[in-house]
Parts: sequence; structure tokens; C-alpha cells
Amino acid sequence: MATKLVVDPITRIEGHLRIEVQTDRGRIDSAWASATQFRGIETIMKGRDPRDAWAFVQRICGVCTVVHAVASCRAVEDALGITIPANANLIRNLVHGMQFVQDHVIHFYHLHALDWVDVVSALKADPAGTARIAASLSPWPNNSATYFKSVQDRLAKFVKSGQLGIFTNGYWGHPAYKLPPDVNLLAVAHYLEALDWQRDVIRLHTIFGGKNPHPNFLVGGMASAINLDDTATINAERLVDIQAMIRRAQAFVEQVYYPDLIAIAGFYKDWASIGGGVPNFLACGEFPEGDIKDIDKLFFPRGIILDRDLSKVHPYDQKLVKEYITSSWYEYPGGDDQGLHPFEGETNPKYTGPKPPYEYLQDEKKYTWMKAPRYEGRAMQVGPLARMLVAYGSGHKEAQSLVGEVLKKLDVGPAALFSTLGRTAARGIETVMIARRMNSWFDQLVTRIKSGDTRTFDDSKWEPSKWPASSEGYGFLDAPRGALGHWVQIADGKVSRYQCVVPSTWNCSPRDANGQMGPYEASLVDNHPLADPERPLEILRTIHSFDPCLACGVHVLDGTGKTVAEVKVQ
Amino acid sequence: MPLLGAAAWSDGGTLTEQLAHRGVSRRDFLEFCGSLAVVLGLGRDAAAQVAQGLESPQRPPVIWIQLQECTGCVESVLRSAEPTIGDLVLDMVSLEYSHTIMAASGHAAEKALADSMAKHKGKYILLVTGSVPLAEDGIYLTIGGRTAKVILEEAAAGAAAVIAVGACAHFGSVQAARPNPTGAVGVGDIIKDKPVVNIAGCPPIADVVTATVAHFLTFGRLPSVDADGRPLFAYGARIHDQCPRRANFDAGQYVEVFDDEAARKGWCLYKVGCKGPATFSPCPIFQWNSGTSWPIGAGHPCIGCTERNFWDTMTPFYGRLPDVGGFGIEQRVDLIGAALAIGATAGVAAHAVATGVHQHRERQRQRQLPIAGQGPGEPPASPPSNPTGGA
Repeated sequence: MATKLVVDPITRIEGHLRIEVQTDRGRIDSAWASATQFRGIETIMKGRDPRDAWAFVQRICGVCTVVHAVASCRAVEDALGITIPANANLIRNLVHGMQFVQDHVIHFYHLHALDWVDVVSALKADPAGTARIAASLSPWPNNSATYFKSVQDRLAKFVKSGQLGIFTNGYWGHPAYKLPPDVNLLAVAHYLEALDWQRDVIRLHTIFGGKNPHPNFLVGGMASAINLDDTATINAERLVDIQAMIRRAQAFVEQVYYPDLIAIAGFYKDWASIGGGVPNFLACGEFPEGDIKDIDKLFFPRGIILDRDLSKVHPYDQKLVKEYITSSWYEYPGGDDQGLHPFEGETNPKYTGPKPPYEYLQDEKKYTWMKAPRYEGRAMQVGPLARMLVAYGSGHKEAQSLVGEVLKKLDVGPAALFSTLGRTAARGIETVMIARRMNSWFDQLVTRIKSGDTRTFDDSKWEPSKWPASSEGYGFLDAPRGALGHWVQIADGKVSRYQCVVPSTWNCSPRDANGQMGPYEASLVDNHPLADPERPLEILRTIHSFDPCLACGVHVLDGTGKTVAEVKVQ
Repeated sequence: MPLLGAAAWSDGGTLTEQLAHRGVSRRDFLEFCGSLAVVLGLGRDAAAQVAQGLESPQRPPVIWIQLQECTGCVESVLRSAEPTIGDLVLDMVSLEYSHTIMAASGHAAEKALADSMAKHKGKYILLVTGSVPLAEDGIYLTIGGRTAKVILEEAAAGAAAVIAVGACAHFGSVQAARPNPTGAVGVGDIIKDKPVVNIAGCPPIADVVTATVAHFLTFGRLPSVDADGRPLFAYGARIHDQCPRRANFDAGQYVEVFDDEAARKGWCLYKVGCKGPATFSPCPIFQWNSGTSWPIGAGHPCIGCTERNFWDTMTPFYGRLPDVGGFGIEQRVDLIGAALAIGATAGVAAHAVATGVHQHRERQRQRQLPIAGQGPGEPPASPPSNPTGGA
């Protein structure tokens, strides 16, 4: 008989996520993903200065601390007809690139790894064995037996203290953990190294944006002026620091993260046939290397893959996006089963769930604050796997080469990509690509400065007196967690409407009017094991493979009900 | 584990002494250590080692709850340099509960929280990030089916100290900006029966959070605070008074528009909206991310994120603060603070009184027109003429 199970809170994610499942005889039969936080930032945007918008929407998420700010700047710049200087675009690429690299590494080691790595098992490791494995995987210099012994001693002291802290009640000893002790020790060592590494490389944000999290941006470009002959500007000292950070970022990704990912994945190849879920993938593309409107100049291409068919990449047209609220705590005046494009979108919150404290949501018709976006009626996965599949299908040489390399090293076929393991592997692959590419953006920036171009800001449309009476714009951005869109309308110098469709809204979406599950839900019922409902380790593996970001997904609120004209989208 | 429960960290004395005091024999203790060693996979022979570890002073327990927020404050603390987050979590405190990094989920996580609160009742430090949505009986945030308010009240009841980390826990931050759709409030609006320290900022600098914890552990009390509950060691100085660009302000050297010649010389950002004159924050002193830089250092005006209700009182962010003048520096906190709190016109403090350039301020005050209607959504006034005549 099926058992109802609740996992709330799902930890090691951003935000507040609740997963409910029905499980029977070691399998998951049905799943419900529920976002249990709501903030209402879009309503707060109304009536604000559009040049302030980036700062407000940036606070949608402090993990994706760059993505909403840049998407917002792009939307406002699109609305006002601003073309930012090439230097500003390169700086934004560097800042966003470092966001990707840092965020993906943190996800792997600090959010996802404990699903695969048994920390307590590392106590039984032979440090010399760990050292041999490390040396066989990579030239990373921290690979001596002495080093791994010191890590193990530190861990042993911690465990013996009897205060297990963040490791309390972990699922240690669960039969689904497969790594040998020596590999577990390697992962624990790199867990700690990555903590130090991320703090260093993210300083690139501080140089260009003044701080991290929540660095500063600017509609029209970037505020960090370039002057080689001043102490308070981007000068040679700062550029050298930035270049060194890029090199250290790349070294860690290529010599630690990527080899660890392959090594650990090799012990979990059964997860290459688990958790595939929704077969459709959407990427809006990212890292403009020319004019933002020239989508052929995006480093990660834009497109759609349907039914896992990599032989055809379909064009993405934002007009075909509709949002459903059949299972969400909102109401549409025209009926809750219709789908609405974001520009016609209504967001009237109406909580119909049980009064807290409550036990289950799965018996409710509506069970989440997340809406259900659909593309031509289809649920879509977004994120690293979507980007790598679209790049692969589009003939992106580097993506094809790296995807092929990973499949070969793991000795699995392309079908393995459509799985929990595939999502985690794709994240590592794109991190390698971005870490390498940052060198090119940096070199271009230096070349431009050398040629005498130091412009970082376009002031032609800064003053509201130069704006049209009304305007509207779209800002896209493919964020670490997937395709993101911001839509803004400006009237009389103020924001009249602001809408975001966010990666985790796609991935964490609930059932739509046709009963179609969202990607988290569909993955949890796709050939999915659950050995011990008391210790739902397998659920965490699949949910974490999406890198959930719930604050991003649930931010919507617009009580105006106002009809909005179609906007122009490139 | 009742034996561990007796090992309260701040009681003084070793575990053995405490156990003896409670009538637990050395033999019983070693027996327990043997069992624990087996559970930990170390083998029964390691009992003596476990005993030694347990007898050493316990790391102080810290419980971190995350409410209505963006997780930026957690990310900020992850960037802490002294101590590093690794040192903090492994060697200095015992982080008993933290959504973002703890291994367990669901019931196992909630059990860890409940067990820790019971075991360390009256002893643990409570860190809170995020606001509490009160509208509609709290349905805008539930964790484990319970509302944020219930979770906070329960956690605060047994805390030795409550530290509200970041703008959301301070006053509700962005979700509390007008019209505050979810009725978001800060920790201090809920917890009234004990002091709440506010580590202001969106997010705060990591070092301020770790230093506040260290202050409590080292001196046995929370740091002294200003009228808004912010520690004086971090928020006791106004940005404007510590700013390396202050000399440019005093000399009338202003950035008129971003990326102009003045911007490329690192001049004062006052006229492009800097809120440094109305903001108390350690940014210019501590700096961000291992002392790398800070917002003004990277050419962007301060947005005043350490001040209560800054989303409404400091916007538009690129609008110039009016010089309301007339306040002595000693009066500033209360008078301007009150003005900010009710969302009225923000004011620039009488910087000149503090710095001895009174005449300069008077000249400037007479020449500058205050911005009318500084409420949110108002377009900023057009740039004023150079108030110092290019002095």
C-alpha cells in the first residue's frame, strides 16, 4: 500500500521547498513539489524609478545575486533604447561568468555532494590511498598523504567532539552511498578547499560591483570607471588581480571540480537511468559577445529540444509561453484552468491550503505558490542540461567535445544525459566552458583599454526627460539555474508593470490544467527508487540535481488585473 | 544522549566534573563513549579518544533559522575571511541547524532543531535571517507546515542571545517596501521579551556577523547598540565621515554623470545619489570580501542599505539627498532616524559641524534646492548647478 511521505524543509537549496510523495515497495509513484514562501516583489516595483529596478529585483535571490540585476538592466535598456558600451558588456560577462563558476562549484561541493559523499566514511580512509587517487585524477598540487591525513584528523576531532553540527542526523551509512572511504576523504578535503576558493574568486564582483553578495549594477553600463592613472578606478593593479582570479577559478574547475565530478559519477552510473523526467528543454542563451539583440553571437545558444531529440533544435519564441495556476494559490477571473501569457498575466494570490500547522498538501487541488509555465502547452526543463543539449544540438564544437568526453569517460551512451546524473554532469561541463571563456572576455577588455576605449556607460538616455511617454522591454538571461526573462513597462518615468519568469518556476512548477507534472515532480516518478522513507536520500539527489532556487521561483504578485499591450521582443 | 545534554558549554568545569556533580560515574561515562565510538564507526577501542574529546570544552551551539529572505545573508557569511566559514563551523561553534548547508532534510532536520533547542535551552545563540510575513495569518511562509512566526517564537524562547542578520530580519527589507504585500516585519517586531541585535545591511558584511558572535562568546554579552539595535563597533560611524572621497565632497568635486571625467578621477558620488551622508555602516572601514573594495570604491553610490526602510526612504537611488541642514551631529541619529522611519524626506546631516567646515556647508545649503517629493516613484530632480561654483 502506498505511503504518504513529506520532506519539508528540503535543505541545501535556496529558499523553502516542500516535497511530498507517495511511495510503495521502494519506488516513488507520485510526487508534489510545493513552494511555501511568497514575497510579492513585482507589486513593490510599481511606481518606482526604472533605473532602481535592478536593485529591487536583485533581492529576489542572494545566491543568483547577479542574474536578476542584469536581466533587469537589459529589460530597461531594451525599453529605453540604450546600447551599452562594449566594455560594459564584457564586464557584465565577467561578473556573470564568475557567478556561474562560483555558484556551480558551491552547488557541487556544499549543496549536492553530501547526497553522494558519506562524510563519516571518510574517517576510515587511508590517506595514502586518497593521495594515490588524487594524483591519478589531476595535477592539483594539494595531493599528499600528509595533507589528506590532516583533513582526516580535523574531521575525526570534529566527530569525536560529539557535536556533529551541520552533519547531525545526516543519512550516514545509508546503503545508497557507494563511494569507497578513500574517495569520500578526497571529497571532504575538496569540500573544505572549495569553501576557501569561492571566497577568493568572487572578489571579482567586489572590484566591479563593490561587494558580493548583491554587487551594484547600472542601467546603461557599469559604474566602475576605467582609468589606468588613478587609484580609485579600474587600473592595472585591479586588472592583474582580476586576471589572477580568473586563472585560479579555471584551475580549480579543471583540476578539482571536473575530475571529482567524473570520479564520483563513475560510482553512481545507475543514476544515469533515474530521474530523467520531462523530455523537453529550453535555453534562452547567454553571454552576448556582440550586440545583445544579435542572438547568433551568444556564447551559449538559444533554442528548444523536444522529446529528447537532439537532431533538431527548435527556435524559442517567448510569445508561446503561458502560465497556469490550476494547482497554484492564485485565481484567474477568466477561470483557473486557462493559460495566460506573462503580458496578460494576472497574479491574484488566493490561499486555499490548510490552516497551519498542517500535515499534507497532496490531497489539495492547489498546493504551491509556484505557477506552472508551459511552452506551447509543454512542461520544459531549464538549466545546465538544457543549455548543453541545445548547444550540442546546435553544433557548438566545445560543448560537443566535452559532452562526448564525459560520456566516454563514464562509458555510457547519450541516453544517460536524460537523468539525475546527466543534470549534475552538464553543470560541470558548462562550468569548464565558462571558466575557459572568461579569459577571452578579459583579453578583449584589456585590448579595448589598450586601444584607448575606456567607456563603461552610455549616458544618452539617463535623464527621464529623454524617455518616451511610455515604453516596454524584455530582458533575457540564461542564469546558472536556467532561462530567465524580465518584462518591464514604463509610463511617465515610472515602472507600471514588472514581470519575471524564472528558472525555478519552470523546474518547480506544479501540475497544469492537463494534469501534466512539472520537472521536479516528473523526475521523481521516473524510474525512481526510495529505499527507506525515513531517510529520503534518493529524493534529495534528484531534487538537488536541479539546484533549486525557490526565492527566485516565487516572487510574483501583480494585483492590478490591468490589460497590457504586447511588447516588442527581439 | 542525556550525557551530552549535561555538557552545557557555558556552565564552566569539565564534562567529567559536571557529570560527577550530576551523579554519573566515570564507568558509566566510558561505557557511553564506547557505544558512541561504535556508532561513529571508530570501533570500541576508540572509547578513550571519544571520552577525551567529550571532556574538552564544548563548542558553543548556534542555531540559524532562515525565514522570508533571499539567502544573500547566508552567502555573505560564507565569504567570511576571519574566521573562515570552515573554521567557524568546524572549530569554533557548533552550527546545529542551517537550511543552506546542513546534511539532513525534512523530519531529520526538524528533529535536529528540536533536539538542539531542548538540549541547549537557554544556552544557544540564535541567528535569524529573513522577515516574518504576518498577513493572512502567516500563510506566506511555512516550513514543515508551520508559520514563520511560530518557528521564530519557539526558537527565540530558549535562546541566550538573538541576532537578527540582514535587512529582512532587521525590518523586513525589500518585501516590506511599499505596499508590503505579505505584511513582512523584522525579528524585533515579534521578539519583545529579550534584546535583539540587528546586523543591518542588505546583506551585511560577513565579518560583522562573525564579530558579533565572537563578542558574545568572548565577553559574555551582546555588543552595545545604537537606537536601532545595531552594534556600535560596526554601525557607530557615518559613511560620509569615513569616506575616502570626503575630501572631494568638501572641495566641491563631484561626479555629475557616471563615467564622466570626475568619475574617472574617483570624485564624490553625492550628486549621482550617494546616501553615504545619511547612512551608518562599516563599509568604508571593514570593506567587502577580504578588504577588496566597497560600493563607493567601485564607483557606485551608496544605497543606504543599513538604514531601516531604505527601500522607501532612500529611493530613488540616483536622486540627490536634500540638505535639510540645521542638525548638530549629536542630534542626527534620532532626528534623521525618526524622519527616515516615517518615510519622510531624508536628510543630510550637518557634516560640516562635525568636520569644521561650517561655512562650506552653509554656502552649499543656500545654493542647493532640496528635491521635492522624495518618495518612491518620483523621478529624481535634474542635477543642480555646481553648489560650490567649481571650488
